Amino acid sequence: MTRKPWLAPLLSALFFALFVGAWYLATTASSGGAGAAPAMDPEYAALMGAQAQAGGQSAMPGPGEVAAKIWEHVSDPFYDRGTNDKGLGIQIAYSIARVLAGYLLAALVAIPLGFVIGMSPLVYKALDPFIQILKPISPLAWMPLALYTIKDSGISAIFVIFICSLWPMLVNTAFGVASVRREWLNVARTLEVSPLRKAFLVILPAAAPTILTGMRISIGIAWLVIVAAEMLVGGTGIGYFVWNEWNNLSITNIITAILLIGLVGMLLDHLLAWVARAISWRE
Amino acid sequence: MSAALAPVVPLKTQTRDPVEAAPPPSAGSSADKKGPITMSTQPFLKVEGLKRQFPQPGSPDPAPVFEDVHFGIERGQFVCVLGHSGCGKTTILNILAGLDEASAGHVIMDGREVRGPSLDRGVVFQGHALMPWLSALKNVEFAVRSRHPDWSAKQVREHAVKYLELVHLGHALDKKPAELSGGMKQRVGIARAFSIEPKMLLLDEPFGALDALTRGSIQDELIGIVEATQQTVFMITHDVDEAILLADRIVLMTNGPRAKIAEIVVNPLARPRVRETLHQQPAFYTLRNHLVDFLVKRSREFQPGPGWDAKNPPLVHPGQSSQPA
Repeated sequence: MTRKPWLAPLLSALFFALFVGAWYLATTASSGGAGAAPAMDPEYAALMGAQAQAGGQSAMPGPGEVAAKIWEHVSDPFYDRGTNDKGLGIQIAYSIARVLAGYLLAALVAIPLGFVIGMSPLVYKALDPFIQILKPISPLAWMPLALYTIKDSGISAIFVIFICSLWPMLVNTAFGVASVRREWLNVARTLEVSPLRKAFLVILPAAAPTILTGMRISIGIAWLVIVAAEMLVGGTGIGYFVWNEWNNLSITNIITAILLIGLVGMLLDHLLAWVARAISWRE
Repeated sequence: MSAALAPVVPLKTQTRDPVEAAPPPSAGSSADKKGPITMSTQPFLKVEGLKRQFPQPGSPDPAPVFEDVHFGIERGQFVCVLGHSGCGKTTILNILAGLDEASAGHVIMDGREVRGPSLDRGVVFQGHALMPWLSALKNVEFAVRSRHPDWSAKQVREHAVKYLELVHLGHALDKKPAELSGGMKQRVGIARAFSIEPKMLLLDEPFGALDALTRGSIQDELIGIVEATQQTVFMITHDVDEAILLADRIVLMTNGPRAKIAEIVVNPLARPRVRETLHQQPAFYTLRNHLVDFLVKRSREFQPGPGWDAKNPPLVHPGQSSQPA
């Protein structure tokens, strides 16, 4: 079989074209059907103003409208016209900042704690029941408790990110540290390496690939949770933007935001995958 | 030399001369630490009454892997332990390294009891145990820096390079272990162990996983470095030819559990031993037959005879006519 590196991208392009085509047909067909809808109550039309012109037409935009909207956002991502009208760039920046704050805090706690748990079977056994119970809790379940105790919605959102990023990093660090090859530890012992040097020069690099896997899982979960958290706390962020546009019934904006969420999530994942490749080792 | 070709070879079994013989345990332990006169008669490394039990569920007093193991190693001597898997060779080495603890008995090196691992005893591990995220040079530098924390980066590097060049790896300094062949990895392991210039080197079947050709060339390198450094070496092997080539004394262990030292064979072939000519020496086959005979038969059937003393395992000189000492 000859290798055709262009085949997969070509197929991707084809799938994309099929999807956009189907989308276009579906939206034009439904708007065509809307033309036959019964005439609107004139009083309601007066209330709705300009919106009434669309009549009972579906709010579902076609691919052309979405593309135009995306272009609009891309050409002016950072405008700020008050609380409910900020550029997508600003909103996504808020979300990324919250995710990074919560995530880095979680890393600061999870990696050293995971180290201790991984090194000491006693601490592992002592903390295991807590981890088992706390790990499966949906991070959003913490939200009311966070709002009540912290009394600040912004920090509460960060706390929710913190708590959801914590577990994969903690568990993976502990596992990675506990499964460092006995022989490398024996090398360190026969060389009378100090505990600190052993931790940073032997255990950390040996466990780094496993730790990075945990960090990659965590950033994925954090990015999933931030949208829901921002829908709850409101104010700023991409999650709030989506909910706000739902209230405006601007499906075009919602679709644009969805695409952006996916894109940023992919970039975050690729960033960590790149770091993981840089620190991984092969035997 | 028909005797040399005969399968069964007369052996001269002798006890050590009275000066070398171990004194009674109670007197010996006090003499070890204080007596300056007995000091000179003590071997460099002394293993006394070593025993190791591994806990087993449902058995309060499980059979020890080995017990009553006594032997000594002189400074500059190359000693090989020969025995089947399961006789506790690696465990003995780990106890000498300080990585494992004996259930009974103790090890004294250079007048001090071995307690825990130390830079005085360098170890070459069975599976090279290189850190895969470090290059060959960095692996050795890690050891050198542990030995000499006060050295500058340049000094550490030069010292590490020197030992890597001794094992002919000067061209592969920046290669990661994954990019090295099995033989090259083990060479780095040997360079690392030698680079800390330990008082004693412990090798745990270092060539077990290598093909015969590679093994041969690394054995030659090892002989070269040992000659140059006058290193005291304790090595585990189950390869008879390797033991004959490298060892001055060959410690023969019976099969486990309750493995013991059956005897200590003195290699009649003098240093320097050269692979190419070794098998042409008449004593070679006598020695080889004796060792093979032990491995295939006597290691299994060994029963302590009336003259056998665990504290003073008989020194055997294969090839010499059997005369009472």
